[in-house]
Amino acid sequence: MNIVVCIKQVPGTTQVQINPETGTLVRDGVDAVVNPFDEYAIEEALRIKDRVGGTVKVISMGPPQAETALRSALAMGADEGYLVSDRAFAGSDTWATSYTLSRGIKSLGKVDLIICGKQAVDGDTAQVGPGVAEMLDIPFVAWVRKVEEISGSNIRVERLMEDGYEVIDMPLPSLITVVKEINEPRMASLKGKMRAKKAEIKQLTAADLNAEADNIGLKGSPTQVLRSFVPPKKSGGEKMTGDVADMVEKTVSTILDLNVIK
Amino acid sequence: MGIKVDLEKCIGCSLCVRACAQDAIKIVDKKAVIDTDKCNYCAACVEACKKFNAIEIEKEAGAAAAEAANYSHVGVFIEQRGGEIHGVSYEMLGEGRKLADALGEQLIAVVLGHNLNSKAEELVKFGADKVVYYDGPDLENFRDEIYAGLVSSFIDDQKPSIFLAGATAVGRSFIPKVAAKVYGGLTADCTKLEIDVDKKLLLGTRPAFGGNLMATIICPHHRPQMATVRHKVMKPAVKDDHRQGEVIVHKVAEGTVQERTNVIDIVKEVESTVNITEADIIVAGGRGMQKPENFEMLRELAEVLGGAVGASRAAVDSGWIPYSHQVGQTGKTVCPKLYIACGISGSVQHQAGMQSSDYIIAVNTDPDADIFQIANLGIVGNALEVVPALTESFRKALNK
Ligand SMILES: Cc1cc2nc3c(=O)[nH]c(=O)nc-3n(C[C@H](O)[C@H](O)[C@H](O)COP(=O)(O)OP(=O)(O)OC[C@H]3O[C@@H](n4cnc5c(N)ncnc54)[C@H](O)[C@@H]3O)c2cc1C
Ligand SMILES: Nc1ncnc2c1ncn2[C@@H]1O[C@H](COP(=O)(O)O)[C@@H](O)[C@H]1O
Repeated sequence: MNIVVCIKQVPGTTQVQINPETGTLVRDGVDAVVNPFDEYAIEEALRIKDRVGGTVKVISMGPPQAETALRSALAMGADEGYLVSDRAFAGSDTWATSYTLSRGIKSLGKVDLIICGKQAVDGDTAQVGPGVAEMLDIPFVAWVRKVEEISGSNIRVERLMEDGYEVIDMPLPSLITVVKEINEPRMASLKGKMRAKKAEIKQLTAADLNAEADNIGLKGSPTQVLRSFVPPKKSGGEKMTGDVADMVEKTVSTILDLNVIK
Repeated sequence: MGIKVDLEKCIGCSLCVRACAQDAIKIVDKKAVIDTDKCNYCAACVEACKKFNAIEIEKEAGAAAAEAANYSHVGVFIEQRGGEIHGVSYEMLGEGRKLADALGEQLIAVVLGHNLNSKAEELVKFGADKVVYYDGPDLENFRDEIYAGLVSSFIDDQKPSIFLAGATAVGRSFIPKVAAKVYGGLTADCTKLEIDVDKKLLLGTRPAFGGNLMATIICPHHRPQMATVRHKVMKPAVKDDHRQGEVIVHKVAEGTVQERTNVIDIVKEVESTVNITEADIIVAGGRGMQKPENFEMLRELAEVLGGAVGASRAAVDSGWIPYSHQVGQTGKTVCPKLYIACGISGSVQHQAGMQSSDYIIAVNTDPDADIFQIANLGIVGNALEVVPALTESFRKALNK
């Protein structure tokens, strides 16, 4: 089984904070991590490999420093890391990212299963997984919370919906995006970390991918950020202390005044 | 194509330097210099420089721009599950109508299903000028490829300049595939839509970084300009029995659209209160509830109020309640009319999933808990006392 996991490097989320004075993103001391949902994707790939054998390749598109993210995945146990990186990719939106990643995956040879995280926690778009599937023209299931069965030719998964779940079967090669519920990612072992440190990360540029110049980077991206801003911070309202009965009475009348109870 | 600093306007104030998350800007000789090797064109500097207006991102208008002229009208995807139209679709009709009116264009609804003729016709009364209804046995339940295929053909046929869908599990699964097929620009999970009438551009505003940053996205040249829109943010359309419109029915014979996935089973989670994304009222509990049995108190309060039970990750990880109830960055994003947080500290990650709730009440023993910073009303107290007391008072007040 040849499994490819798409991972993105994102700012360490807990530190994503806004400087209250300048209203801008604080970047000092913000370290970059593997997108949390992608850790579930890596873990699931490793588990499938444990079950049926095969190789796990991780691929990331990003600036040169995204190599660190790939090494984290190798430390967890992935076999090979590929960094898709080129000046020409700068400014990519989800369309161009999907296109570029799909070209990158194509260059890896035979692939049976591609796993993505549900979404990246910086952009929160959840669009790259389905985009890659469409561009590779392979079947796709989002929000996978469980891989029930996998054989050489088919995969059966559970898709988390708002009101329950669906059991879906599809032929390989195919692509899934995974939610947190699917597993508990392992910690990298010391041995894994040592191996990852020395491993070679293969670089893929626009030329290696044979990518259409019109479809990559800023030019290939239909969307454009017009502006970004810090939302007005919700400021706390009244904070009550003291007698429980009084506080409860006040709360009940406040809620009744909201007119939200049907 | 690229990013440019207007040296006449730049005064070297370094606001842009601080705004840049990529560390791509330096001040050299009192002027901003942008390292395009690091820049990811996020436009944070453009915003920071609003006062001086010295930074500009420009893009070539390619072949797509010429094509754009052929597109007009506003399309909306109508989601049905089990033959019932999803609430978000009425919101899309309401919002779509507004956008269409602003542009002086038509509102076109597309619905996929089976034996839904009367429901499809009724969409006219909710504001659609035209309804395109694909009817076939394969369309009864959501299927990624069939839905993506037919909605893409809808777009090829009708050429809407704007296309909206609900940011639901279904919408966010297959709409990106449609965008990939038709080369449309898709903005995910918008909480606000506006129109630049002169340029006929859709401005979609959406939260990123777990709600810490808002971004307004445009799609200047490619068509359609697509957006998925968060449920319960926009006002639903009001029914008007006098409205007239056209209904076009396309029969889709079984097996005529490619579908490689096979839905074996559809399982509804038994607990009726599970669907927190739909609820108007959420009573949520965290580690401060102390043990699983105490979640019963939250269920009782939720029941009296007609709401659902949510939870922090700490409560979910402790096994007190299933993951489907988790609110937050790695759980669900909710925006109910009322969110009552009980024994939840209000971590950044939890807030990411609930801060856009209309009204927030927090119950916490710690007067300095972060949750109070976003709560409209705070109760400093023991949730194990306050919650049952609230339930009791509501039972009396509501005669339940
Ligand atoms: C990558 C990542 C993703 C995450 N995603 C999520 C997510 O999606 N959702 C999420 O919720 N968290 C998420 N977290 C975890 C988050 O950081 C917090 O750890 C978690 O939200 C804390 O849950 P809590 O508020 O229930 O617990 P705590 O932080 O332990 O807070 C318990 C609160 O209860 C109060 N309390 C104690 N006893 C009582 C009482 N008797 N009555 C009233 N109050 C009482 C305490 O004062 C305290 O404020 C994530 C973390 C990471 C690193
Ligand atoms: N630059 C990237 N490189 C590799 N994988 C990515 C990249 N961007 C997104 N992905 C994958 O697509 C998923 C969804 O990302 P997004 O659409 O950005 O929310 C992520 O969880 C990753 O698995």
